Amino acid sequence: MSFRPDPKSIAGTNLPVAERAEVLVIGGGPAGMAAAMQAASEGRSVILVDENPIGLETMAENLPLHFGSGMTGAVRNRNAMLEAVAGAMPALEDCLAAGVDVRLGTACWGIYAPGPDIGWLAGPVAGLMDGARSWMIGAERIVVAAGQRDMGLAFPGWEKDGVMGILAAERLAVFYGALQPRRLVVLGTGTETLQSALALQAAGATILAVVEVGQAPLGAPAMLTALAAKGTRLISGHAPKQAEGGAAVEALVLRPVDDDGHGQGGADIRIACDGVLLGVGQVPVVELLDAAGCRMVFDPARGGIVPELDARQGTSKPGIYAAGNCAGIWPAKTLDTAIARGEGQRAASALPGAAGEHSPPDGQVGEDRLAWVRATVLDAGDSLHVCQCEEVTAREILELRPPRYLGVDQLADGLPQSNRRDLRSLLGDHPHPDQVKRLTRAGMGPCQGRRCREQVAALLALASDLPYGAIRPASHRAPVRPMPLRLAALTNVETDAMARHWDTWFGMPAQYVPFWSVPARYTAATRSGDTEGASE
Amino acid sequence: MTEMDAPVSGADVVVIGAGATGLSTGWWLAQSGVNVVVIDSGLVGWGASGRNGGGCSHHFSPLFVEEQRLWPQMDELLGYPTEFCPKRVRLAFDERQLELYGAAVRNAAHQGFSSTLLDAKQAQELVPLAGDGVVGGYFYDFGGHANPHRTVQAYAWAMQDHGGRVLQETKVTGFRQQGGRIAAVITDHGAIDCDQVVLAAGPSTQRLAAMVGVSVPMVPARAEMLVTEPLPLMPIGGVDGNGLYGRQTLRGNLAYGGGPHEWLEDEAVSTTPSSTPLMSYMAGRLAQLFPRAAHARIIRSWAGVIENTPDGRPVIDRPAEPGNLTVATLSSIGFGLSPATGRAIAQIVTEGRCDFADLSSFSLARFADLEPDWAHIQGWREAAQA
Ligand SMILES: Cc1cc2nc3c(=O)[nH]c(=O)nc-3n(C[C@H](O)[C@H](O)[C@H](O)COP(=O)(O)OP(=O)(O)OC[C@H]3O[C@@H](n4cnc5c(N)ncnc54)[C@H](O)[C@@H]3O)c2cc1C
Repeated sequence: MSFRPDPKSIAGTNLPVAERAEVLVIGGGPAGMAAAMQAASEGRSVILVDENPIGLETMAENLPLHFGSGMTGAVRNRNAMLEAVAGAMPALEDCLAAGVDVRLGTACWGIYAPGPDIGWLAGPVAGLMDGARSWMIGAERIVVAAGQRDMGLAFPGWEKDGVMGILAAERLAVFYGALQPRRLVVLGTGTETLQSALALQAAGATILAVVEVGQAPLGAPAMLTALAAKGTRLISGHAPKQAEGGAAVEALVLRPVDDDGHGQGGADIRIACDGVLLGVGQVPVVELLDAAGCRMVFDPARGGIVPELDARQGTSKPGIYAAGNCAGIWPAKTLDTAIARGEGQRAASALPGAAGEHSPPDGQVGEDRLAWVRATVLDAGDSLHVCQCEEVTAREILELRPPRYLGVDQLADGLPQSNRRDLRSLLGDHPHPDQVKRLTRAGMGPCQGRRCREQVAALLALASDLPYGAIRPASHRAPVRPMPLRLAALTNVETDAMARHWDTWFGMPAQYVPFWSVPARYTAATRSGDTEGASE
Repeated sequence: MTEMDAPVSGADVVVIGAGATGLSTGWWLAQSGVNVVVIDSGLVGWGASGRNGGGCSHHFSPLFVEEQRLWPQMDELLGYPTEFCPKRVRLAFDERQLELYGAAVRNAAHQGFSSTLLDAKQAQELVPLAGDGVVGGYFYDFGGHANPHRTVQAYAWAMQDHGGRVLQETKVTGFRQQGGRIAAVITDHGAIDCDQVVLAAGPSTQRLAAMVGVSVPMVPARAEMLVTEPLPLMPIGGVDGNGLYGRQTLRGNLAYGGGPHEWLEDEAVSTTPSSTPLMSYMAGRLAQLFPRAAHARIIRSWAGVIENTPDGRPVIDRPAEPGNLTVATLSSIGFGLSPATGRAIAQIVTEGRCDFADLSSFSLARFADLEPDWAHIQGWREAAQA
């Protein structure tokens, strides 16, 4: 008998793609540009997308970086921003000259590739959007060079305007020329953070102080010396106690950290400032890769949770590659873009012999993150929201409290003893952040956990006495940028065949025959046709 | 191995699968004083039970009446919130949809539940996010929806409150059989002696049952959903229609699914499923169902793997051999029924039969004449042999 696929299934449907390229590169930093140039030089068609310039509304929601309302009104002027961004991408001219099709202001919201759990796709595809459109693009090879973002750190007042990620600040100052705060305190002293601080200083901002929770700074002394030459103070052994001010930050209060790493009473230091920059950790942006199903590992030498990669930057999903900071962050790579560019070239090249080896040094990213969270978030009390989108506090996370919209405290007698439940009741000594997210909603909001992920992981580790790296990664899901229904709907239009067979569920009439009418025996040959009836 | 309680060497009843079916069974058993342990290779609700639409309105099932009786009491019975919300509405966008959606009305009436036919205006009044284009719909004075995440965890905690145990991240790899019975369930962390076994392993049920010589025909499939940012609460959150099912959560998000599924090979069952570009098709349908929410932004999409039997109906049965095994697959529609399913299975385990519903349509005997190549005939799998 010839095979007639279930018409209600997706089998036989071809996903229409609006365009194709041999190589799609996501991200226009050094790694992405190098990847695009490499593929173009090998004679392949290349499209490179970069979401900069980012629209004001998106920035206002702290996407994709923690902008903390630190942008000036200049970002409203789209054309000026396009010019500024294009001017700040040094390799752009070369890329265009090499024939790369560069799309600015275009974000990738999802990557999909065939695998055992996805059979209907013929090859890798990506979803793209700009302000007005969303569409699918097919590619033989997708190189993700999505960069890095800042780890969030909660302390009282961290929701105020001017408290922002240091990468966000650097992006605004260097790319857009649109950074509002001018007198800045920096939290963190790693190489990445000091490098950003120097870039901000060069762009005319005043770095009043750099603060380290540990007893000694982490980055190279020469970088600190360079900062100090323009008046930057180094304050070690301190953690933020509070950002003061109205809607906008006016001062940062620091308190000393005791031998156990907790913020303690003692002589506070108060610094008047209009910006507090979070530089406590830089995080590889793996959201597209993780959502696509690429295998992830915790690798402290590469800056935390990163894709498993082969010697050619290939992920566990055929056709999907990672290069640059999203493939791993370590000091030598931060200081010399040649490493990221080399990764981009390897990731894009189809030539034999392009494999390469690099050996990132040992890192201790886990301990560093734990130290900041121990000194600030853990002891900050009840009113502080670790997850700003869903307004979840550290205590609510640790006690697994149901979200406040359930009004659990007011529920009738006998209802929930939920506060008898804590993390240990969830998974013994090994809590999973996705479970915590399901129950408390921490990380479930529109920013998709960008500001709270690492803090939640650190809280779970501290509460269960585990190393940071033992906490499994929380999942990412497409779309990795919030996307209006009406925009998403433009991506693909139902075909007639799809519309004809569309059903709420599997569309098997036998499933819904009322139980009092079910025949005693069932065979495939005598089943009723699958064209009529709707799933219930 | 991570345990919620003390290590286990034996239990009266071992339940395989900490989904809604297995956990509810464990909870009902523990309540009646049975020494029970529920085992899962992942975490509580890591399979379909934590990835579904939360609908509780299965009017064609022999467990419908019990489903309807139990849900309104579940928060109290469990002692933890499930976010259950009663009633449902279904909107139609053409006359054909309106006619098709009428089956629920007839089935429910047969069992003493009422519904109301809505005209376009009434439908729009009841569903503030709906707009023009609705031709009518139904208000079902039954059914509802609950939060799957909170519900599965509530089962687990409530079971523990009654002395039951959950072993997570513990994979069942085989069975030790003796004298026509299962003497022990073998896991990757050791063997657990038992008197009775309940197999409720979702898409893995077929493979595990085959290890003890029981054939449970099924094919796994992937189904997908999306969720938007929160919107103002509608008076009734359980609004289906236009080929979609789903709910507005109590937080206000719209969580919806529907449309094509994909039949999968067995190997796909073990992987955490990824979603696909089907999201954009669902978005189009959802924007049509709720034109006043077309601006709302999608913040996540996901997929779940579910199993289907040849007729799409559950199997809840005790094979003749091994004599102490109860097999339970809910065949892709098991979340809403779970309060009733667990009670029925617990009775079957302790008393040999369910005394409140006629489960004969769930027996394996109905497949006695099933063709070996049924999945090919039904278009689910190209390979001729299942
Ligand atoms: C997108 C989607 C939407 C849905 N919408 C609805 C809805 O609105 N209403 C409704 O009622 N139903 C719905 N369903 C169906 C419903 O989710 C499932 O029928 C139900 O959750 C099945 O529960 P279960 O406990 O039988 O199986 P599962 O939830 O699949 O649980 C089985 C468990 O067994 C474990 N397991 C497997 N193998 C082993 C092993 N070797 N050792 C140990 N453990 C093992 C698995 O890890 C898993 O946790 C939907 C499903 C999906 C995917």
